[in-house]
Amino acid sequence: MQFWVIQTLNSLSLGGLLFLLSSGFSLIFGLMRIANLTHGAFFMLGAYIGITIMKNWVPNLWLATLLGGAVIAVIGGIFERFVLRPLAGNSQGQVLVTLGVSLIIADLCLIVWGGDPIPIPTPESLRTPLRVMNFMFPAYRLAVVLIAIGTAIGLYFLIERTRLGAMIRAGVDDMQMARGVGIPVSRLFTTVFCLGAALAGMGGIIGGPILSAYPGLDADMLPLALIVVILGGVGSLVGAFVGSFIIGFVYTFGIALLPDLAYVILFLPMIIVIAFRPRGLFGKVSA
Amino acid sequence: MTAGVLDKTKLAWWAVLAAALVAVPFLMGDFYINLLSQIFIAVIFAASLNMLVGYGGLTSLGHASYLGVAAYMSAWLFLKMGWSHLVIAPIAIIGTTLMACAFGWIALRATGLGFMMLTLALSQVLWGLAYRWVGVTDGDNGLRGLTRPAPFGIDLENTTAFYFFALIVTVVALAMISRFVHSPFGAALKGTRDQPRRMSALGHNVWMIRWLTFVYSGFWGAVAGVMFVYYNKYIHPTSMALTSSAEGLLGVIAGGSGTLAGPVVGAAIVVLLKNYVSGYVERWNMLLGFVFVFIVIFMPEGLVPGMHRLWNKLRARKAVRDSNTGGREKA
Repeated sequence: MQFWVIQTLNSLSLGGLLFLLSSGFSLIFGLMRIANLTHGAFFMLGAYIGITIMKNWVPNLWLATLLGGAVIAVIGGIFERFVLRPLAGNSQGQVLVTLGVSLIIADLCLIVWGGDPIPIPTPESLRTPLRVMNFMFPAYRLAVVLIAIGTAIGLYFLIERTRLGAMIRAGVDDMQMARGVGIPVSRLFTTVFCLGAALAGMGGIIGGPILSAYPGLDADMLPLALIVVILGGVGSLVGAFVGSFIIGFVYTFGIALLPDLAYVILFLPMIIVIAFRPRGLFGKVSA
Repeated sequence: MTAGVLDKTKLAWWAVLAAALVAVPFLMGDFYINLLSQIFIAVIFAASLNMLVGYGGLTSLGHASYLGVAAYMSAWLFLKMGWSHLVIAPIAIIGTTLMACAFGWIALRATGLGFMMLTLALSQVLWGLAYRWVGVTDGDNGLRGLTRPAPFGIDLENTTAFYFFALIVTVVALAMISRFVHSPFGAALKGTRDQPRRMSALGHNVWMIRWLTFVYSGFWGAVAGVMFVYYNKYIHPTSMALTSSAEGLLGVIAGGSGTLAGPVVGAAIVVLLKNYVSGYVERWNMLLGFVFVFIVIFMPEGLVPGMHRLWNKLRARKAVRDSNTGGREKA
């Protein structure tokens, strides 16, 4: 019984991390029609920068998350402005550039932080597991789930209830009309890209105590995020949320029950959805 | 490259190239012969990908899957089952092609960015599988200990023999791929790349054309994989990682996608760059990334079309100058 409880919680926390990663990917894709393959690299870079901040300046994980997220947002903004922007309209070229930059970031991380995994300590207050009716719940993983849910609610309000969100929705629905009625689409793009990058980076730091920072973290997370987005539908926040938890469960239980074939099991939900609903569970348009 | 275009100068160039390729093993050391063999394998790989990327307009980010799976199947059947190469090679190639049938069916539910994401996701899943399915793939150790085959009693362990083997396979592959893209089917494929809706209105089955191309591309990717594992006698999960797919794709776009010579030039450049740089610094991935960014931003059409354009421009300018001076050369 303890096994199922723990694995369920692991699934939920992985789902939460995947949501932080894939919601940004999905937002960027929905608005800008860019499949941002640097997203996995942002996640890994976030984890490395987070642990560096914690070691050298502020030993608090939550502050490091905010600072690290800000750093990644700035990096993302520079990347969007100076590398992706000149290629506007050439979506294939943009994907190839994001692929190239993800290779560069991954190699830079290897140079700076070396090849050994760097653990990120769990915050002091969340180290003792919660005990409810004879079951042990790792407190940190619960916190990750809560953070993901909080982020999801925050993003939902941002998109549905604010002026910025209204502009984003207008841009997603009809870019030309949005430009026509005077929405500053250019600034909007940079804002959304920064936001998506920051979410990925913060996901990396928050995931640190569970996953730690290691070379190859990007390549491990990117396919999961892609599958989440394919599953949930591009540009859909709800899709990213539901997809994240589905993949969180499938992957965690796959690893626990069939360790050799966990990656094949990832295929299954994707193939089923692709076969019957190519646009994804909640997607409005096909990719 | 149709027969009508082959004028005498072109024919002469081809003859020179053929003579040079045949002469290489007798003039150069083992290092260079092996380097050329590696280039041949990369050329098959890039040319197979080019059918999708260049002629089909479908940028696959997961082509290394076919190379990797064919190589893994060859190695596994040889090492764990002890079968002979004569049986293994067709099984590996057909098996991988069947996988391409399935992958094509999944990936072609979308086009454009969706296609890229699906091919990437599928290949990353296979890569993860190669790492973690230790019982079959030996995980991070890779499969080692394969020997090269000896067709008709010619042992391919010999560097020169392998060179000629690779050369022949490459020539056959390029000829078959050339035949494919210049056939009416190839014309239809280019039509689906440029105007899918019109092609559909004309009664072509756009999806089927793309799918068949995907499968054919997977077939030659598998051939490249079998050659790859013969050459290296070793296969590791990194060979099917995103980096490996990216190298093939870089070969295509650096040389010029949608041209026959493009992937040949591009793959040669990538292999040379990789061998040259890794001799000095261990920063191949970073260089690969920088070259990618550079090519996409500054040379999106690739080297071969770029050079071609430059050449035509020079010729046009020369023709104008000649006509201005009445055809007389200035003293």
